[in-house]
Amino acid sequence: MSTLPATWHWLADPAHWSGDDGVWHRLLQHLVLTVVCLFLSCLIALPVALVLGHLGKGGALAVNISNVGRAVPTFAVLVLLLLTPVGRWGEGPTVVALVLFAVPPLLTNAYVGMREVDRGVVRAARGMGMTGRQMLLRVELPLALPMVLNGVRIAAVQLVATATIAALAGGGGLGRIITAGFNLASTPQVVAGALLVAVFALVVEGAFEIAERLAPGWSRGGR
Amino acid sequence: MTAPPDDCLARNEWICGAYLSTRRRILLDAVVQHLQLTVLSVLIGLAVALPLAVLARRWGWTAGPVLAVTTVLYTIPSLAMFSLLLPLYGLSATLVVAGLVLYSLTLLVRNILAGLRAVPEDTRQAARGLGYGPVRLLLTVELPLALPAAMAGLRIATVSAVSLVTVGAIVGFGGLGNLIYAGMNTYFKAQVLTASVLCVLIAVAADLLLLGVQWLITPWTRAGRTRMPSGRGRPRGSRARDVSTTEAGGA
Repeated sequence: MSTLPATWHWLADPAHWSGDDGVWHRLLQHLVLTVVCLFLSCLIALPVALVLGHLGKGGALAVNISNVGRAVPTFAVLVLLLLTPVGRWGEGPTVVALVLFAVPPLLTNAYVGMREVDRGVVRAARGMGMTGRQMLLRVELPLALPMVLNGVRIAAVQLVATATIAALAGGGGLGRIITAGFNLASTPQVVAGALLVAVFALVVEGAFEIAERLAPGWSRGGR
Repeated sequence: MTAPPDDCLARNEWICGAYLSTRRRILLDAVVQHLQLTVLSVLIGLAVALPLAVLARRWGWTAGPVLAVTTVLYTIPSLAMFSLLLPLYGLSATLVVAGLVLYSLTLLVRNILAGLRAVPEDTRQAARGLGYGPVRLLLTVELPLALPAAMAGLRIATVSAVSLVTVGAIVGFGGLGNLIYAGMNTYFKAQVLTASVLCVLIAVAADLLLLGVQWLITPWTRAGRTRMPSGRGRPRGSRARDVSTTEAGGA
């Protein structure tokens, strides 16, 4: 198999790393897209999930929404958005699609985490005279944190994957190296791009893993 | 009902009856390809995942590595997965199936293993007391009891596969994804919307079908509860979903 050495040569060529189509620029695009969209989707999903979880309402919605997210193809949503007026503003469709697919795991995990907090603890907090807000912020949220963070992790990995597929619909990011490789019929470039994406995804996953290890004991899950 | 020049095709509308009637053949072919790719990859995934889960259950030390490897595979974005397999399979349907099999492994192994682990020790002891050997115990006691969890995994794996097949459009074997890809390049709104909707419909239909199968093959799970209309097992479904959302993406 001559693909591996060829892939290595592609990666070793400094010309492939610089410039607007270079690896560094694509990597930065991918990273910015992931971080910005993770922030946006957390901003949208977490308050809703925490309040719903605290009130114990809208459970069916919060739990089922991630199933709906799974059934809808990312690629189809990207293309549909591209053909709507949103498609005219540059990275618009990519950002919207990324946020759409990151919200369900965040919502579901945060909601389930809030509901799984021991009811006895919640009742004790109420018995001590805590207001709803205090219970939410000081009791339920800290105890639900492992699940909430698990959701953030799943959302981050999902974002990296979606940002890659966005390249098919003209978005930026590391996926562009792969699609350009297909257009040039250059297997080494396709494989090199795929390797970069895979490593990037694993690094994101690994970063969360390490963050979890470093976190104080009480915030770790029972696993 | 094809009004010649000024029909919805010429106006490039999102919803277009004329598109459905004139492109029926293309749509049908795409749906068939979509179904073939999905079914094939889920079946192969199941055939690989079952022994892996049994292995991980029987020899506990193998569980860690098996789960770790499948989780790593699941973390790799689909486009990259298909691309990494390119040197092995070239531009072929096999490539798409291979990629989808690798994805379904995580969900299936995790859920089957969770199901096997949830079999009560008492039940196992009772079966042993009745003289069951390890093979008979596995086939007639443990696997049937693991069915609800396994079916939950199968449903998620199938729904995910239906949606991931579309990414196969990058190598020309994406079922309805091919139509979406072509529709994107030609700005053909009706084609993109129709193919996307069909894709979601296939996913929902597959999910309901598997739910029905589960209802049929696990009669004991519905013995205790008050009678429910067939095919609508919401409570069971949502419970299974919790397992998947909390367990997906990391151990």
